Amino acid sequence: MTGNSHLAGAGTLFRKEILRFWKVSFQTVGAPVLTAVLYLLIFGHVLEDHVKVYDRIAYTSFLVPGLVMMSVLQNAFANTSSSLIQSKITGNLVFLLVSPLSPLAWYLAYVGAAMVRGLVVGAGVLAVTVWFGPPGDVQPGWILAFALLGAALMGSLGLIAGLWAEKFDQMAAFQNFIVMPMTFLAGVFYSVHSLPPFWLAASHLNPFFYMVDGFRRGFFGVSDVSPWLSLAVVATALAMVATVTLRLLRSGYKLRH
Amino acid sequence: MPAVSFQGVTKIYAGARGTLRALDSVTFDIQRGEFFGLLGPNGAGKTTLISILAGLARASEGRVSVMGHDVVADYAQARHALGVVPQELVFDPFFSVREALRIQNGYFGVKHNDDWIDELLAGLGLADKAGANMRQLSGGMKRRVLVAQALVHRPPVIVLDEPTAGVDVELRQTLWQFIAKLNKQGHTVLLTTHYLEEAEALCGRIAMLKQGRVVALDRTDNLLAATAGSMLRFKTDDTLPEDLAARSRVTGRIAQIAARDATEVEQVLARLRTAQVRVEDLEIGRADLEDVFLAIMHAAPVRPEVVA
Repeated sequence: MTGNSHLAGAGTLFRKEILRFWKVSFQTVGAPVLTAVLYLLIFGHVLEDHVKVYDRIAYTSFLVPGLVMMSVLQNAFANTSSSLIQSKITGNLVFLLVSPLSPLAWYLAYVGAAMVRGLVVGAGVLAVTVWFGPPGDVQPGWILAFALLGAALMGSLGLIAGLWAEKFDQMAAFQNFIVMPMTFLAGVFYSVHSLPPFWLAASHLNPFFYMVDGFRRGFFGVSDVSPWLSLAVVATALAMVATVTLRLLRSGYKLRH
Repeated sequence: MPAVSFQGVTKIYAGARGTLRALDSVTFDIQRGEFFGLLGPNGAGKTTLISILAGLARASEGRVSVMGHDVVADYAQARHALGVVPQELVFDPFFSVREALRIQNGYFGVKHNDDWIDELLAGLGLADKAGANMRQLSGGMKRRVLVAQALVHRPPVIVLDEPTAGVDVELRQTLWQFIAKLNKQGHTVLLTTHYLEEAEALCGRIAMLKQGRVVALDRTDNLLAATAGSMLRFKTDDTLPEDLAARSRVTGRIAQIAARDATEVEQVLARLRTAQVRVEDLEIGRADLEDVFLAIMHAAPVRPEVVA
């Protein structure tokens, strides 16, 4: 079998997954952008004069990249996880299961579409919020690298959650008890250096922290840890999660009984 | 090379209460161009067998191939050769009929296929629904789309898992005309159905499953000839004597008793007379597939469901 036929059909699944969220973009893109703007207005307004994270950087400006990255991560996760669980519960996943798509094609298509959704929402949040808190020393390379890797990591994690969950409440548990706390404790709203020593150490075990910190580096040229360390952590986490996801897909975990 | 080959297919489900042998060494071939029926009561293993064929489930033991391609080792080629109409009425609510067909098509790497899609839509009476969202369609229309989705990549082997369950007469006729045409053009068809008259009318050969085992496998006409030739049907308000009740099928007031030949018909009638059963609207007809099915299901040994 040629490399090309391994990926035959992946383009169709990729486009279908994009079309799926785009057809309900009011809910899948519009709503998260509005949420991020509300976070910015409320937190920015309340904390602007009380919190100073880095010298020369206003709190609202500090908040913008955190909110953008949070939106990228949550929406990349939501795209794969909600698509899979819906298809499983309504039964229409059978159309994909009877197709000759390889596990690699499934992975690339689902995660690729999740990255598109994450980046579209992230760009939307940035476009609306950047006026409230302009960035400083912009380094687009870091912005792009962390946005892409973070979206891929969360798209993969969403795929695992979608494969594992059999009911909507299991999915909600995964989202509320794992994804949400890890995102909120990643330094979206604060610098982890403002935390007590225990929580500072705990934050350094959270891969989400490196995604947010590295991404923010691209906006201001300053970060809590070296962006190279963040890049290494995020890339390693992605490699690990991608390997697990591909293994699950190859084994037919909860798909082929 | 057969179109479909099942060799020693066994499926064991492990559960909390022990293990269930859903399929037990199922072995048979379906030749190219056949219209093959797979019959059996609920829970006999028909859908499990088809799921293994389609790659939706995995056999615990044995091998299955489609057009010579193993469904596990060579799954891509096997699935290319197979079009499956699932039993459940499933659909993707995000898309229109044409979008759903184009997407299905794309999964198989097929491009520029709109002529065939139009032909499918016309053949299945869906031409005016091409732009409609799947959610807006009636159950019967959704079923037609499922058939079109199974055929969109032009598979040589078509599997229909109870395609006419709960659909109106008009669709059944449209569907069978369409499938019969495809079969005449050389497509192999594997059908499971609860409507035995459909299997009798359409299938050249039939396998009957009971508790995961093949209990009959023959040409449809041989099956019809091998069992009781005649069937007595009558209405009665009386209780049948035990010996007759044991071999009869009773639906409300209507009783049916199989008889091999004229002598046996006479014996049954004599028995009814001596038991003083009042009989109305008596008729003697040819046995149909339903009678054959019941006779075989009664004759086949019952084995325990759960194997420790």
